[in-house]
Amino acid sequence: MALQLLVRTATLVVTLVLASLMVFGFMTVLPGSAARVQLGVNATEESVAQLEAEFGLDRPLPEQYWDWVSGLPEGDFGTSYVTKATIGPQIVDRMLVTLWLVGAGMVVALVIAVPVGTMAAVRHRTSSGTVLTALSQVGIAIPSFLAGILLVSVFSVWLGWFPPGGWTPPSRGLGEFLGGLALPALALGLVQGSVLSRYVRSTVLNTQREDFMRTARSKGLLPRQAMVRHGLRNAAIPVVTVLGIQMSTLLVGAVVVEKVFVIPGLGSLLLDGVANRDLLLVQGVVMVLVVAILAVNWVVDVLYTILDPRLRAAT
Amino acid sequence: MSAAADAIDLGALREGERRGRVNWPLRIGVILVGLVVVMAAVSFVWTPWDPYFVDGSNRLAGPSPSHWMGTDRFGRDILSRLMVGARTTLYVGVVAVGLAAAIGTPFGIVMGMAPRRLGTPLVRLNDLLLAFPALLLAIMFGAVFGASTTTAMIAIGLGTVPVFARIARSGTLQVMSTEYVLAARSAGRSAPAIAVRHVLPNISSLLLVQASVSFAIAVLAEAALSFLGFGTQPPTPSWGFMLNDAYTVLQVMPLQSLWPGLAIAIAVLGFNLLGDGLRDRLDPRLAEHRS
Repeated sequence: MALQLLVRTATLVVTLVLASLMVFGFMTVLPGSAARVQLGVNATEESVAQLEAEFGLDRPLPEQYWDWVSGLPEGDFGTSYVTKATIGPQIVDRMLVTLWLVGAGMVVALVIAVPVGTMAAVRHRTSSGTVLTALSQVGIAIPSFLAGILLVSVFSVWLGWFPPGGWTPPSRGLGEFLGGLALPALALGLVQGSVLSRYVRSTVLNTQREDFMRTARSKGLLPRQAMVRHGLRNAAIPVVTVLGIQMSTLLVGAVVVEKVFVIPGLGSLLLDGVANRDLLLVQGVVMVLVVAILAVNWVVDVLYTILDPRLRAAT
Repeated sequence: MSAAADAIDLGALREGERRGRVNWPLRIGVILVGLVVVMAAVSFVWTPWDPYFVDGSNRLAGPSPSHWMGTDRFGRDILSRLMVGARTTLYVGVVAVGLAAAIGTPFGIVMGMAPRRLGTPLVRLNDLLLAFPALLLAIMFGAVFGASTTTAMIAIGLGTVPVFARIARSGTLQVMSTEYVLAARSAGRSAPAIAVRHVLPNISSLLLVQASVSFAIAVLAEAALSFLGFGTQPPTPSWGFMLNDAYTVLQVMPLQSLWPGLAIAIAVLGFNLLGDGLRDRLDPRLAEHRS
């Protein structure tokens, strides 16, 4: 198992380096250098060259890349070309907000998916099972920003229970913090929960048919005991995988939900960066999001090894 | 389509008929997708109003006999804009999914047919590309090239390439282990010939299902991009931007956001159900697995 972990970690490092090359390459090499983008299409060649020299963009590309990437592990993302502010601290501040949102969204998704998916599986031949499955299909079709708008119309505009947007950090009162977090987390979690519930359903169904479940039953365990002792652990494996894959959807969903609820997270920072044509800021935020996605995939891989006894025995 | 693929499809069909189960996802999917297609098609010849006609005296009107869904904050007819918006949605979906299939399918087949030495690095590369979600890619594209429908659909298409490649690869691996491919190889058929004559026809149903599901994701991504202002630019009607527009008047006219929202949900639900239904119909083994 140790060897497998080592290989997976080495793969992660190589992938991270490749990802940084891709992000850097895309934002730098493609037509429209940061200087030209900032000066607009009518800029003269001289002014572009002058600004490029000021930003250090006239240096060889490998040098620029190294300059950027070597700072990343320490949280140094460079200085914005537009606002002249250091990018690292902004990203860290905003990341905390997005983590709250994504974490809460994930909890909502799990709270919905596990009971709904299990119920739909256990009752899959009855009408209530069919209704649950159909509901999950409808849930998938509602994008998180639409769910957000609907939630705001009902719970803010109509009932007035929650604020329609904005963000209160937890340090300024738990009540207000949770009140502000509730609707965005629900908007994110409802959709993800619908997707996840379908996987929970099919996994639970499949697990019930496994040979080891029959063996467990034949040695005298009740269906419930067999499910708890052997089934759930095995059912957890595909669910953890999907949860990992969904992390990327959740992060991207957060970008849009932050816009709906005016939450100062990474998504808003990214969108502000695009609006201000702040390419280095965009580059930094995209890199952080991609690193988060790859890191979650790595965690999933590792969990996979720990959860599945067959994979452990293979090494 | 080759005889082999025909045989598989017919077999699947008979299997479904024998079990006598109604394929509801497929039926509902066809109806919903049909609704969107008809809306878009009709908009070419007729809309209740000119979708660009600004009527300053009739802003934010509720539903009425002359404006069935009411008017937006510029006094434009919402139904007409919704109909023309359906065109944008389908256009983006077709181009994005077409692009993804055109690049992803050959890439996936190559990954599946290549010797392990070459295949494994390609699979790793594909995994890396999967870490760039379509929406994130589209935002990056928007930052560099400027926001437009074209940028959005190219970015969504490129973002979907690795998904297609992965599906094509797994299908190819299955086909490559069959006896008829072994026979073709021992008869001295070249790899490209096997890819075109045996692999492609046999993974086509898999790709069709993926295309339908990817279409739903493309519709979602376009709507999200336009909502954020990185997709279709006003005044061209797009459902995402209409939703954004409606959101600004949510406090006064909550009903406004319902129409584009409903349209997006119908299109996404339709393509998702179509994909599910096709999967059940084309591959009964998977259907058994799922139910």
